[in-house]
Amino acid sequence: MAEAPLLEVRDVWKAFGGVQAVAGVRFSVYPEDMLAVIGPNGAGKTTLFNLLTGNLACDRGRIAFRGERIDGIAPHRIWRLGVGRTFQVPAVFRSLSVRENVQAALLSGQGRSRNMAARASRLLVGPADALLAQVGLLEYADDDCGSLSLGDLKRMELALALAGTPSLLLLDEPTAGMSSEERGDLMTLVSRIVRERALTVLFTEHDMEVVFAAATRILVMHQGRVLVEGSPTAVREDPEVRRVYLGGLL
Amino acid sequence: MIAILLQILSGLTHAMILFLIASGLSLIFGVTRTINFAHGSFYMLAAYLTLSLGSALPLGWLGVYAAMVVASAIVALLGGLVEVCFLRRVYRSPELYQLLLTFALVLVIGDAVKFFWGSEHRIGLRPPGLEGSVPLLGQLVPTYDLAVLTVGPAVALGLWCLLHRTRWGILLRAAASDREMVAALGVSQAPLFTGAFVVGSWLAGLAGALQVPRQPLTNVMDAAIIVEAFVVVVIGGMGNVFGAFLGAVLLGVLQSLGILWLPREFHLVLVFLLMAAVLILRPWGLLGRPAPPPAEAGGMEPTPGPFTPPRWAMAVGGLALLVAPLLIPTFAVWVLVEILAFALFAGSLQLLVGTGGMISFGHAAYFGLGAYGAALLLKHGGVAMPAAFLGGPVLAGLAALAFGYFCVRLRGIPFAMLTLACAQIAYAVVHQWYDVTGGDNGLLGIWPAPFLAPAARYYYLALTAGAGGLLLLQRITGSPFGLTLRAARDQALRCEAIGVDVRSHHLLAFLVAGAFAGLGGSVFAFLKGSVFPEYLSVSMSVESLVTILLGGIHRLAGAPVGALLFKVLDTVVTLHTEYWQAVLGLVLLLAVLAFPKGVMGFLGPRRRVRGGGRG
Repeated sequence: MAEAPLLEVRDVWKAFGGVQAVAGVRFSVYPEDMLAVIGPNGAGKTTLFNLLTGNLACDRGRIAFRGERIDGIAPHRIWRLGVGRTFQVPAVFRSLSVRENVQAALLSGQGRSRNMAARASRLLVGPADALLAQVGLLEYADDDCGSLSLGDLKRMELALALAGTPSLLLLDEPTAGMSSEERGDLMTLVSRIVRERALTVLFTEHDMEVVFAAATRILVMHQGRVLVEGSPTAVREDPEVRRVYLGGLL
Repeated sequence: MIAILLQILSGLTHAMILFLIASGLSLIFGVTRTINFAHGSFYMLAAYLTLSLGSALPLGWLGVYAAMVVASAIVALLGGLVEVCFLRRVYRSPELYQLLLTFALVLVIGDAVKFFWGSEHRIGLRPPGLEGSVPLLGQLVPTYDLAVLTVGPAVALGLWCLLHRTRWGILLRAAASDREMVAALGVSQAPLFTGAFVVGSWLAGLAGALQVPRQPLTNVMDAAIIVEAFVVVVIGGMGNVFGAFLGAVLLGVLQSLGILWLPREFHLVLVFLLMAAVLILRPWGLLGRPAPPPAEAGGMEPTPGPFTPPRWAMAVGGLALLVAPLLIPTFAVWVLVEILAFALFAGSLQLLVGTGGMISFGHAAYFGLGAYGAALLLKHGGVAMPAAFLGGPVLAGLAALAFGYFCVRLRGIPFAMLTLACAQIAYAVVHQWYDVTGGDNGLLGIWPAPFLAPAARYYYLALTAGAGGLLLLQRITGSPFGLTLRAARDQALRCEAIGVDVRSHHLLAFLVAGAFAGLGGSVFAFLKGSVFPEYLSVSMSVESLVTILLGGIHRLAGAPVGALLFKVLDTVVTLHTEYWQAVLGLVLLLAVLAFPKGVMGFLGPRRRVRGGGRG
């Protein structure tokens, strides 16, 4: 691992009132890693996620993306540096059509969100449809986003995250709430896109089947700290991990 | 030094009244997430009730105090009644409807007070036993003020005990911080909500009753106090009763010192600066808590996208407007000009409220500043009329930029409160800055240049500005800017996560809406030949909201339709009664409760459903 890490988290702390949600976490994500962050409820995964996306500011420590500090920077700036994200509960623009959702994201990527003269409906239709085809939503391009099923909303999330041509993808429980069949389909799709675009991924997930099938590295959090970080095999074998977490699940 | 201390003392007395009002507002907001605009009306109503009861109750010297108790109790019951009859129906509706509903009550109660007690100032009652003054530091301080000064902390203590020491109070606080959790505990919300309204309204009533010996009663005291209460709540922290105490004290002291050191027209500017400073440093208020971390991104009720009227309708309408001055009598041409000015004003608000989801309750500020901008340029700037006409919207835009800079830091209901407060500040400056604006005499002789003066010619100018402005707004709505604005309305968090700086996007929308409203104001100023502070008033802001509500809030086309309907309604009603505001309030109530989609809401494409293609 001589190459430089894409994402570097160094000694990051975050407390809410008296609760130390994230306590001195440090790890690195290297290009083309697929890092799963797992841990029991309350381990600090979501807080960590929000620190990475800029929705929370850390109390101490630093986060660097490509060597540039991103802690304390607004979410929209982090996105512009090349970090795409999805939300656990799908967050899409419900009154916009499926195509318009992607158009809005693509327009933002080109810095054209503030254009008041052009007709948005005629812009970037081709690229939007190409992206929709990639996630399998092209047939619904003209539908209201509010009418999509949960599985399709998750795909929509993925399309929005990809619209800025990110190099790092942050996925917050990408398969939460889906049936096991849908989970498989979605993760296959994610893996394919990640491979095609040579993306680096950090994701949180509760489904251990998904985690061990997709992740190249796993980071286990417990009570705000990093318990173990390593390859799936190493993590599966780790006695400490089995004791606090996987014991009940595997 | 002594003068300063006494001034601070008088500021503190006012602060106690403010605290009572603001804590009630804050309590109601904390529990029900409703901003009760009618809170100031309850305060006013209690004051008038105290006045009448105080002289009517045959209890001798006790009469005044008994009247205070009875009046605040009546108002408390009224508050509970309002909650049960009206607000309960709209908790699940978008917050705009809750705001409009309580505003409808403001209008109705305002006219009711006018009806029963008249429009003249009424001198308050003397407080028996507390009439004199007490020598303090070599000066005389009214005894009654000292009594009020002790009532404030006593009520604060009582509230604290209620909220921390009784089961009901603890449930109230629990509901304020997590409604779902309290519901999950099996506690029924309905009585809690009603209870919050009763207690909150009682506090407003008590404040109103206590004011009676302190100052003459007027039927605009509701608007003045509600704005101050908003400022206190924003400073102290929404939903935090003790923040209200701190905010009230800060505001009261600052105001009393302002009286000492600053010319009259700048008092409210001082208030605004305090609020702005707090909002920049702690957007959630001094004692408020920041919104919980946005982990879950849920989403809001989907609302329809923009709607372009069919081409044939546009063509027919356009043609009719072009030939209208040739076919209709001159007075009707002037009416049409007025409708065009209002349509543009309402259309600019629709961009904010409908497309952007930014509920402004102070949009008239920019309409009025557009009118004043044009008038001032013409009168004091020595600018030719056509240039002054265009200068209006520029001034309005600049004002929107300045106020908007602070407003867009907030979203939802706090945003609405701040826009209202900003508008009131602009109104106060215009109203009080006699040397420049002429105060409530306004500025007269704002006529179009001779070559534009004939009705038909001015009509075509208004048509160019009004219809042209609406077409531009339509274009903006369909542009990438408009698309992004809708995206931010649907899901602000996601919008940031696709690289949009939502705050500056909102500021840009505020600027655009302000400038177009200002253009409407410019048209209006030269139509009337004069400008008055009323152009910036809250009721003007509400009229613009009612206009887009009548026409359909999610359609820009609703603005001209609403403006037409509104003008017809206005004309018909004022023929029959002087209580136009009450009628407006009732229309608003009906619109919110029965026809929330407005006229144009029934037109246009149905929602597309999955697999259905474009319908």
